[in-house]
Amino acid sequence: MKIKAKIRRNMAVVKALAKHPMETGLRKDKKTDKLIPAKFIKELVCKHGDKVVYHADFGRSVSKNPYVAFSFAGAKKGDSIAMTWTDSDEETLTVEAVIK
Amino acid sequence: MRENRRLLLKGLLGITTMATAMTAMPRLAMAKWSKAFDSSSVDDALDDLYGTTELTTDDTITLKIPEIAENGAVVPVTVKTKMDNVSKISIFAEKNPQPLAASFTLPEGTAPNVSVRIRLGESQIVRAVVEADGKLYTTEQEVKVTIGGCGG
Repeated sequence: MKIKAKIRRNMAVVKALAKHPMETGLRKDKKTDKLIPAKFIKELVCKHGDKVVYHADFGRSVSKNPYVAFSFAGAKKGDSIAMTWTDSDEETLTVEAVIK
Repeated sequence: MRENRRLLLKGLLGITTMATAMTAMPRLAMAKWSKAFDSSSVDDALDDLYGTTELTTDDTITLKIPEIAENGAVVPVTVKTKMDNVSKISIFAEKNPQPLAASFTLPEGTAPNVSVRIRLGESQIVRAVVEADGKLYTTEQEVKVTIGGCGG
């Protein structure tokens, strides 16, 4: 997951790109003609310290390698944020970033 | 190219493990994720997510999405509003098999301004729903899709 976070007009502006296939479970494998099992990110959470500042729930209509952008108040340059995704297989990934 | 091949291999390997995992796994950690995402109609999804289907049209909500999307697999969407006390923003693609694409929970201090990229299977209406002060407001836009995003 790539994260960029910057302070703009007193808000922390966060842009994140998660690498994930986001399989819907509705797509067929062209070679075997079998359905490719669903595997998609269900939750993407961003924490600033102990505070959850962003919580996104995704369905199957979110594109492969999801990109999100949002902004929140109360952070300053040099603070860390941690973003965590959890997918439909309960796999998770947490990535930290420093606000610039 | 390499990435595609890896994903495919991973997918194939995953089939067996996933089948076992899915039957054995308790839905515990998924509890928060709403079943609205499995609903096949907008009304059912709204009801599951908010407990109501009553929406007030509000054109002050900005729903930024291309009117013509060349590639339905990746359609950028931004929803923002100047309303106060926004607690949730959700995005629906009305003709997708499961219309609810994403639902954002925004604590105090987080701007009611979210972006994400979604898939659109065909030309259709995309709807944004904003929950502010416990009420639901909505705006919509038609998107023409040249190449659908759900095939394969």
